[in-house]
Amino acid sequence: MTVSLTLDNVSAHYGSTQVLEDLSLHVAEGELISLLGSSGCGKTTTLRLVAGFLQPTAGTIRLGDRDLTRLPAHARNIGLVFQTYALFPHLTVRDNVAFGLKQRGMGRKERDRRADEMIARVGLDALADRHPANLSGGQRQRVALARALVIEPPLLMFDEPLSNLDAKLRVDMRVEIRRLQQANGTTAVYVTHDQEEAFSISDRVAIMNAGRIMQLDTPEVLYSKPANAFVADFVGFENMIPMRVVAEAGDAVRAEMEGGATMDLPRGTFDVPGRDFILAARPEGLLVAPEGSAPGIPAKLGLRTYLGRAYQYQCDTPAGSVMANGPLSAPFDAGAAVTLVPQPDQCCLLPVEA
Amino acid sequence: MQNKTHPLLIAFAVLVFFFLLGPLVIIIGSALSETSYLTFPPQGLTLHWFENIFEISAFRRTMATSFMLAVGGTALSMLIGIPAAYALARYRVEIPRFLGNVYVLPILIPEIVLGFSLMKSLATGLGLPITLSLLVGHALLVLPYCVRVVGASLNNFDFSIEEAAVSLGCTRAKAFFTVVLPNIQAGIIAGFILAFITSLNDVSVSIFLTGPGVSTLPIQLLAHMEQFFDPTIASVSVLLMLVTVAVMAIVERTLGLTFLTK
Repeated sequence: MTVSLTLDNVSAHYGSTQVLEDLSLHVAEGELISLLGSSGCGKTTTLRLVAGFLQPTAGTIRLGDRDLTRLPAHARNIGLVFQTYALFPHLTVRDNVAFGLKQRGMGRKERDRRADEMIARVGLDALADRHPANLSGGQRQRVALARALVIEPPLLMFDEPLSNLDAKLRVDMRVEIRRLQQANGTTAVYVTHDQEEAFSISDRVAIMNAGRIMQLDTPEVLYSKPANAFVADFVGFENMIPMRVVAEAGDAVRAEMEGGATMDLPRGTFDVPGRDFILAARPEGLLVAPEGSAPGIPAKLGLRTYLGRAYQYQCDTPAGSVMANGPLSAPFDAGAAVTLVPQPDQCCLLPVEA
Repeated sequence: MQNKTHPLLIAFAVLVFFFLLGPLVIIIGSALSETSYLTFPPQGLTLHWFENIFEISAFRRTMATSFMLAVGGTALSMLIGIPAAYALARYRVEIPRFLGNVYVLPILIPEIVLGFSLMKSLATGLGLPITLSLLVGHALLVLPYCVRVVGASLNNFDFSIEEAAVSLGCTRAKAFFTVVLPNIQAGIIAGFILAFITSLNDVSVSIFLTGPGVSTLPIQLLAHMEQFFDPTIASVSVLLMLVTVAVMAIVERTLGLTFLTK
């Protein structure tokens, strides 16, 4: 049973503080969407609204053709995995996993059989009779995963499920989560503040800030074509250079940056979003080249650091300090005058926000 | 020389034990004496005075009342205390702090003041029957132990466990009984025992609330002492002590005494 999840214009408040503002989100059948953002951005609030632990002050939440908005939490049939695992300390692994089936009125024999089957799928066959206190963090999260999956929920939700695990285990577990989610074709919402985690396992990622979704897209698009300055900054576009169009000459646009330097941007390779815009680039998106060798930003080099794959330079430009990379084959010395050439596939031009 | 304990320290420790345990030893000794007056060291050994407790009907009656109050009052207090402790822990952010402290008031207020005010409100004010006002009074007296000890368990409880149960199909109420209660069981037992002992040994509150025909064991003990000065008093004291020690021993064996000091 795969269904889609739809949030329409959902708002939420804590007291008089608005924590979600008119949020709309559609998670397609069998899709895994991550809600990514720093703490307080509204990602956990969104998850708790869908789970039914919070009530929205406006908007509707639908799962398939069921309206969840006013449905009590226990009737929503959603599999939840918590950051703290939230296993029942007084029950064995088997009884933890079988708990949801018991609530559905299934007989002991059948629910133990299904629980054991699910415990085997997460690789804990040998530990079914243990209590949670005698398990490691990774094992506990596997139990939590099995407990959420065994009720065959149409929707799975994860609330920072890997934050309490060490780095190596995090990678193993997220692969495991993705594998099980895809094998069951379950629609899933995954809340995290870890960009790598979100990007690695999601079909799409919603980057959130201050109760709103800033951009919802595939990890590939988010990484290379952020839609706004917030997302660009979030995914590592360290350099943001404000520019203004001063002339349009044939197949190029001439833009001026702060400090008066100009640069020609060929049409077709660069899509200028308006008169005022921001040139956003990661350090590798600005190539350090000999002065005047190509259109670009004039700069004077400062400190050089070695990254293994390239040299990175701290550069003084008329528009301020930026970070840019240069090839290993041609190192420049501090103080050299150079041109920083924007690489079209690794830069993006963003509209200036009001 | 380094490892040798200073003789003064040893003397000090002996004195502490002497003054702590001495009176208890004297009471136990007196209770066993064959004489018809309190004396120590005991002259001869007999359990007669223990039998005497059960032969005097006033002791039998008040003992029953005391146990009924200790069990009933504590149970009543738990009925209020567990939900209160739950709400205070679950909605820590939303509930103002002072509301939690209200539940400790019966410990902070001098017991004699508590007893007097309970008499004014329950017995003379509301005109409740003696047994009922004793029950309510004892429930109030032990409420702080219930709320505090159960609360200590709940503060260590991860409420996402409750949410997990709800997400798996339990109603809030059912989740409370199936996953919250079993995990704060130790706190409930410990709170119950502390409250039970407090109620059983209480004098200050009971003395205001007892009346014609209804009394508690410690109060009866006081009354008995005014008329007789025989070892029965000592044997009742020993009995109360034994119950307390037995209950403490059960706690120690099941939960560990450190649980009570948490």
